[in-house]
Amino acid sequence: MVIKRKEFLQIGSLATASFMMPKFLKAFEKPAMVPPGNKVVVVVQLGGGNDGLNTVIPVRNDIYYRERPKLGITKDKSLLLTDEVGLNPALEAFKGLYDDGSLAIMNGVGYPNPDRSHFRSMDIWHSTSESNQYVNTGWIGRYLDAQCNGCDKPTHALEIDDVLSLALKGEQSKGLAFKDPKRLYNSSNEKYYKEINADHQKGEETIDYLYKTMSETLSSADYIFKQSKLHPSNQTYPATNLGKDLQTIASLIFSDINTKVYYVTLGSFDTHVNQEAQQKRLFTELNDAVKAFTADLKKNNRFTDVLMMTFSEFGRRVAQNASGGTDHGTANNMFFIGGGLKQKGVLNAMPDLSDLNEGDLKYKVDFKNVYATVLNKWLGADDKIILGKKFEMLNFI
Amino acid sequence: MPITNRLKNQHLLWRSAFGPMAENVAELDTLSQKQLWNLLVKTSANTPDKIEVAQNLADGLVTGIKDVVDLQKKELDKAQAKKRREQSRDDLKNLNIRWLDEMINSEAQLREKLSLFWHGHFACRVINSYFQQELLHIIRSNALGNFKDLLREVSKSPAMIQFLNNQQNRKQHPNENFAREVMELFTLGRGNYTENDIKEAARAFTGWGFNAGGEFVFRKFAHDDGSKTVLGKTGNFNGDDIIDILLEQKQTAVYITKKIYKFFVNENADNEKVEWLANRFYQNGYDIKKLLEDIFTNDWFYAEKNMGNKIKSPIELLAGIRRFLPMQMENDQAQLLFQRTLGQILFYPPNVAGWPGGKTWIDSSTLMVRLRIPQLLSANEILNIRPKDDDDVMMGQMAEAALKKIKTATKGGTANIEWSLVTKAFAAVTRENLLAKISESVLQTKSKVSTNLLNKYVNNESRENYIKSAIINLMCTPEYQLC
Repeated sequence: MVIKRKEFLQIGSLATASFMMPKFLKAFEKPAMVPPGNKVVVVVQLGGGNDGLNTVIPVRNDIYYRERPKLGITKDKSLLLTDEVGLNPALEAFKGLYDDGSLAIMNGVGYPNPDRSHFRSMDIWHSTSESNQYVNTGWIGRYLDAQCNGCDKPTHALEIDDVLSLALKGEQSKGLAFKDPKRLYNSSNEKYYKEINADHQKGEETIDYLYKTMSETLSSADYIFKQSKLHPSNQTYPATNLGKDLQTIASLIFSDINTKVYYVTLGSFDTHVNQEAQQKRLFTELNDAVKAFTADLKKNNRFTDVLMMTFSEFGRRVAQNASGGTDHGTANNMFFIGGGLKQKGVLNAMPDLSDLNEGDLKYKVDFKNVYATVLNKWLGADDKIILGKKFEMLNFI
Repeated sequence: MPITNRLKNQHLLWRSAFGPMAENVAELDTLSQKQLWNLLVKTSANTPDKIEVAQNLADGLVTGIKDVVDLQKKELDKAQAKKRREQSRDDLKNLNIRWLDEMINSEAQLREKLSLFWHGHFACRVINSYFQQELLHIIRSNALGNFKDLLREVSKSPAMIQFLNNQQNRKQHPNENFAREVMELFTLGRGNYTENDIKEAARAFTGWGFNAGGEFVFRKFAHDDGSKTVLGKTGNFNGDDIIDILLEQKQTAVYITKKIYKFFVNENADNEKVEWLANRFYQNGYDIKKLLEDIFTNDWFYAEKNMGNKIKSPIELLAGIRRFLPMQMENDQAQLLFQRTLGQILFYPPNVAGWPGGKTWIDSSTLMVRLRIPQLLSANEILNIRPKDDDDVMMGQMAEAALKKIKTATKGGTANIEWSLVTKAFAAVTRENLLAKISESVLQTKSKVSTNLLNKYVNNESRENYIKSAIINLMCTPEYQLC
């Protein structure tokens, strides 16, 4: 039986797979591809709707404690940043980053007419559509469309996951998702695929599109695997999913890879019941992984080139519910981490709990302003083309 | 390569049904397209049996409807509510698998294919399994009937009323969601109505809701019976009147026809043909079967440019493989995981606009999984994939559960394929012609995988192994993603 045809090439014989290499390598030689300092963005998606009020805690706000008699985190338990702002006790490394000027917090980030469905709200964050609009591409995907015209490489944006998120899907270009460089290499490195790929004659548009995607995937798999072995991180990371993912990202950042955006997800923060334990568990995973990651970047002198940002599809209700949890809400905070921040600490006012919309926070900053800032100031891209209109820049980078 | 009679018949089967069965391919050489079409119509003539996932009616009432009302009243404690949601999720998995089985095994291939189209057109994402079950039945019962009936019944289904918030659409607080989507996505399409039309139509739909029994009700006290002006007409309209007004618009026939053309014929719509079809669709009073007949019995449908150029949706791909190869699925969870990984889970459309289709199905990850599925089904391989948690209605838990079950269950393989039946189908073919005939049966594309290359990868130990390995290898190609 030939059906099992896993014929893995040895690492030493990578050269044998190089029939598609010349064009591919040429693409990376374009000087414009990698701006000076090779700045990269690491997006951490906190899926499920993280409770922002128990993340960045308004420790002097009576309304907060009144609405959350059981769930509210007291001032003495929180990690105090200022007189009125504390961090969740599980985020000890974030406090360290704050102290050292490598953390910024943006409060009240959201969008007009918020949707409280996970799926829809995540869709809006990924696609940057209006609440009553449906868009099939994502902001990072459209960044690829704008930046990668002609470079036909999906490695400019990588998601550490088995499934590619909408955020990384453009009209012409799409990012690439994989969980582990070695597994990606193994599963795509079949002689059969390479041979049918090499054998394909240009023909009709749709079939060519499929072959182009396959060809890019096969060459990218080789490329990513090779890059991941160049300068593998030797830092100790926690043995969690996020820990492994961030170590993979660190190893790639230390290599010569052309990647500009990394994307990773942690969840689920959907804490309708027993929020305290669940959020603590996830924050511990986040905290320990980010601690190792930032230490790793500093050690390798890359901390100033990296901007890490967290977001969640929505925050949660101000008032706790009857099951020790919170229900779906609206605006939320974002963390920015890196050695290249221009503004540090708490960037804007804490949410106004006396001015709510049916029990939910009103947003103060549109997340698209954040995207525009990151695209323009950090990645040197044309934010207006990517987002479809001009959004005012923020000043944290 | 000439377009053979077999290819034309397979084209009809791929587009109007879920592809050919290996056992039948020889017959496709001689049958005319007209004969095959008549057969497809005849086998879809009966009214479908409802696919019921609730154990019995009482169960359905408990797990399906009552909880919505109770939850709203907050009478149930959270644990009970959670249990019911989990039950509903399980029901939806069953509904998914049973409908998929129907697509593959039912003789009413045409009806199930049209149902899949309408399932995407009337995209609805609600957790309530009873509501979903009833909506699916409306769709399957009217899939080949009259679009007027279909539209009206779908619009009055508790599933759609809940999904598009019409339960909250009241005289004092109109909710425009339902009115907007009915115009934008179900009938006219963007740009063929004004914001004011939506506002006014929303007033007409006030009072449409459902009761604790899961039935449509008109709540007179919540209805705004004042005068409204919609699309140039003025009157004391109710919801039914608005549906009538929308159906009077020829644009509705154009919009639906264009969508059908793109789904069944070619992503790049030929506007002249669409216009011709739409005129007849409108004149025939929205008779869906007649519209399909206009498409599938016309020569242009079998033109080269309309063949082998459509990217199969994940459901079409899975159903197509299972339909071609007689197989017993050993592991239903694997089918759910495939759907999830490839981006199309029945009953979980991405939003009310449905699955965008076409090239959006394909990215690096989905393509590589697509290329491996035939191997996974035929050999005892484990799909080592863990989709990210999804916090919406059900999927987070499903992914975990599916993964665990797959890891334990795949020891015996995910499917048992009855290869002897497949071998028999090619019994009359000589050894020299075998590969060409197999290729012709599996691929619809003009682009072919070269015989020389395939010959390097086929197994020559026996005729059965040869056929088997050739089919699986051909299915593991970009060409097979098209039909």
